[in-house]
Amino acid sequence: MTKPAFIYSTDMLNYKFSDGHPFNQLRVKLTYDLLSASGLLSNEQIIAPRIATDQEIALIHDVSYIEAVKKAGAGTLNEAVAANHGLGTEDTPIFPRMHEASALITGATLTACDLVMEGKATYAFNPSGGLHHGFRGKASGFCIYNDSAVAIEYLKRNYGVKVLYVDTDAHHGDGVQWAFYEDERVCTLSLHETGRYLFPGTGSVMEKGQGDGYGYSFNIPVDAFTEDESWLQLYTTSLQEVMDYFQPDVIMTQNGADAHYFDPLTHLSVTMDTYKAVPKLAKALADRYCQGRWIATGGGGYDIWRVVPRAWSYIWAVMNEQAPTGNLPIEWLQTWQKEAPVQLVTTWEDAPGMYKPIPRKQEITDKNNLTLEKALFHIRPYHKKT
Amino acid sequence: MIVQDMMNKKPITAESHTTIKEAFILLRHHHIRHLPIVDSAKQLLGIVSDRDLRDASPSIFDGEDHQAAFERSLSEVMKKDVISAHPLDFVEDTLSTFYDQQIGCLPVVEHGRLVGVITERDMLHTLIQLTGAHQPSSHLEIRVENIAGKLADVANHIKKYKININSVLVYPSNDEEAYKIIVLRINTMNPLRIANDLRAHGYDVLWPQEAELSQ
Ligand SMILES: [Zn+2]
Repeated sequence: MTKPAFIYSTDMLNYKFSDGHPFNQLRVKLTYDLLSASGLLSNEQIIAPRIATDQEIALIHDVSYIEAVKKAGAGTLNEAVAANHGLGTEDTPIFPRMHEASALITGATLTACDLVMEGKATYAFNPSGGLHHGFRGKASGFCIYNDSAVAIEYLKRNYGVKVLYVDTDAHHGDGVQWAFYEDERVCTLSLHETGRYLFPGTGSVMEKGQGDGYGYSFNIPVDAFTEDESWLQLYTTSLQEVMDYFQPDVIMTQNGADAHYFDPLTHLSVTMDTYKAVPKLAKALADRYCQGRWIATGGGGYDIWRVVPRAWSYIWAVMNEQAPTGNLPIEWLQTWQKEAPVQLVTTWEDAPGMYKPIPRKQEITDKNNLTLEKALFHIRPYHKKT
Repeated sequence: MIVQDMMNKKPITAESHTTIKEAFILLRHHHIRHLPIVDSAKQLLGIVSDRDLRDASPSIFDGEDHQAAFERSLSEVMKKDVISAHPLDFVEDTLSTFYDQQIGCLPVVEHGRLVGVITERDMLHTLIQLTGAHQPSSHLEIRVENIAGKLADVANHIKKYKININSVLVYPSNDEEAYKIIVLRINTMNPLRIANDLRAHGYDVLWPQEAELSQ
């Protein structure tokens, strides 16, 4: 009987910019450990990732950029060329063998795609992937190669499928959106904190695609301090309606966990309730519309101790129709509390009253609902041309 | 920035004998709201907007016999005293023209010939570019004393981090004349280090806000 696949190898941790950099792939190991300690992950479900070839990476990225990343990782790239490609910056510092580390993450998402498309796994999850800010010829926002975009182009070419990309990272999924902005075979849906203050700044509700791709990019920018109720309302409504409109063959979700209240880089106020509900609906709709073809990746997530391991474990639990609740395994807490600079949360759920009530709650909810209407306006029945 | 950098150099135009009906079709077909009217030498004769055309059209209550009104030529309904711009005009000046005159479109004229048009929409697009929000960046907002050298000081702090500044806006603080607000879009996903550094140097950083829970 086929089962879900968890793509994992400790080599994923080689994608490491520097100590103290907010992007820290230790979170992948923390997730793996939490799942193992909880008895939710069995050895035969773990699949080692392959490394993406240059040709595969070039499905999206410029060859000159790939060459620059290779040279950077070997320490032979000149500074001006590096700067042109967004390398050697505060966000994406150069580190040894950065090409190999990035190609492995891209390969991991491709492995997930192949397993699902060939029917060798029901669903597949690559927690190291979801590097949605990577551009054709430029690193951006901690992302070198855009594994999501490469994998979508790969799915299109090798399996001839229509792909729906769903991005619930707190930041706009700009790299993936621009890669398929004029493509009517790929639909992107990004729910994120408004770019008025937050990186990258794009993702306005009016970005809907261009040319043949017009109407196939959806953006739902929410206000800062948005909470579970509103976030989930927007996610549920938009995903259901977009699924129904686009009728994809396969769905790829980017599960950045940086919308959580604890996340240091963003200003949203969602809790574990969101991270429990998000994969549940993705699975239900993949089952209904795509014969279960669902590939999930990680993404952002900068509270690697209190948020990411629990949030990503939920994705895997949902794939296996499990619903962990109550206390986290004591051995996981004991092992990692020693390393953590913060007090770990000891339960699967967040405690109520984690943050002070948001005074503008109603205003934020109303504004978000208006945004949702604008985002879905062109696909709602009363607007369709007769 | 000057007008010729952002104007539409191939505007859709009409001639004075073009009918109201034809003009409506042109507007709809090209998704535009203004039509400059020129002669064979490209001399600007006038302009009509979709509103001028609607005002000159028969109402639906008028019935069949008034349909002839659609066949009137634009020379009868166009505005002849047209406000125009020059390709070398500064965008700042053009912005105030749009605002003061409450218009939606400016024909651009050089040596008496129409060389382009610029619309309110083009101006808004320029504004988006000026705020830098179309390129990956984060918002950083600082309140500084209204004295010389403050912008340079802030920029110097940012320089240490090898972070590009995409745009800079400086405007007076709402409350007091003694202060100004500097708004920068900086090319990083993590503005916290810079914000903390600036705070440590005594700056009043308005955004990003200080984290309630420190790690
Ligand atoms: Zn993010």
